[in-house]
Amino acid sequence: MKKLLRFLFIVTIFAFTASLYLSAQCKGFAKKICKTELNEGYIHDGNYHAAILTEGEEAELYKTFYSGQDYRIVICGSNALPDVEFQIIDAYKNILYDNRQHNLIRIWDFRLESSQQLKIAVKVPVGKGDSEYPASGCVAIMFGFREK
Amino acid sequence: MQSNNFPLNIIRYIVICSLLVLFTSCKSDKTKHKSSELNLEDFITEDDIFDDVNQAKKIFYSLPSPLETAMLIKSAGADYDEELLNSLDNVDKYTTNMSMALNLGIYTTDLSFASLFDQTQTSINYMEAAKKMAEGLDIVDAINNETIKRLEQNLNNRDIIMDIISETFLNSSSYLKENDRQAVAAIVLVGGWIEGLYIATQLVGNKSIENNKLVDRISEQKLSFNIVQRMLEENRKDESGEEDEDIVDLMVQLKELKNSFDKVKVETSEIKIEPNNETNVTTLKSQSKITITPEAFNELKENVRILRTNFIQ
Repeated sequence: MKKLLRFLFIVTIFAFTASLYLSAQCKGFAKKICKTELNEGYIHDGNYHAAILTEGEEAELYKTFYSGQDYRIVICGSNALPDVEFQIIDAYKNILYDNRQHNLIRIWDFRLESSQQLKIAVKVPVGKGDSEYPASGCVAIMFGFREK
Repeated sequence: MQSNNFPLNIIRYIVICSLLVLFTSCKSDKTKHKSSELNLEDFITEDDIFDDVNQAKKIFYSLPSPLETAMLIKSAGADYDEELLNSLDNVDKYTTNMSMALNLGIYTTDLSFASLFDQTQTSINYMEAAKKMAEGLDIVDAINNETIKRLEQNLNNRDIIMDIISETFLNSSSYLKENDRQAVAAIVLVGGWIEGLYIATQLVGNKSIENNKLVDRISEQKLSFNIVQRMLEENRKDESGEEDEDIVDLMVQLKELKNSFDKVKVETSEIKIEPNNETNVTTLKSQSKITITPEAFNELKENVRILRTNFIQ
């Protein structure tokens, strides 16, 4: 029984430490790696949208984009994950952009003639690795705009 | 002997695990209550984009950050008026988590607004105010003395100033979200967004609302208000199902604003996609129709003023 309790205790400590580590890793990844794609005059808006996702998992982000502004969307996943897929969808459910048709590129630059609410649908595809377990890693969604 | 120790060991294990759980959640300063008078049916609006929100997925709601809010006001042709910013004399008034979170957003929008108009000394003063709010909320190292020093050293470089503001806000929001304080992060965003709305509505002054770019920008905030509602609703309850009193309080306060936005109509046509292979910038072509009467605008302006006055008290 003592051994079982010790095992449970170690598992709890491990899970706790791992969650803290992954969180810190995600923050660092978003700031130090993903944010660097916001160059060429784009300023990061300062918002933080990042989470640990596993292969096969999906996420959605809803945001209003305003007319007359130049925007850059950056969506990136950590090295442990396959390249992340994303689509931009409007209120009419039209797919405005699908990065699967653009070699799974991480960024998309656009401007709008009128303000719109858009949905960004993100998916971590299942990789072709040999591992028995699906990979998990950080996925960050960042927005930049240009000053006019 | 072992069997005699068994209950004690179990209790010891449960206590240790509970302390760990408590440790992870004690950074969350949510105040909770079991019931509320809020009628959600009155609050949530249906919107086409949200029709198929799939709760099984990870959902993010993104509001304009203080920096984006300030940029939207400036790009709509607004002028700078320092009188509209929240007074720095108010800093010491904010002692509750709710007031500090709201005013972290408010001071960050003021700071962004001043910076975009090259008001360098004001920017430094408002960065100090934002720093105090962040410290009060125990947000570690989001804004420190090094940040202020960097700001002072780059007074003539707007790009670096923008980058510093963006970085400090990212530090605050990531710290709050990674420490299970998403509700506080949401309140900060709402504070900043309302401040932008307040500055913009006041700057319209007595000008006609016809063909007024700033009025259009304000009316379009109806689209972001839908996101405000969703974001607050998402943070209304914690994982154990208990309600966050601050979030519920904020939702109740925003009800009048919802009534005002209900009188504003924003219609958009279907989008036509126009990629540009030279610039790699895609233009999303569409038309929009904004309908707002002078009475509805004045009501919106007054409700925003009342809300903002409550926030900065």
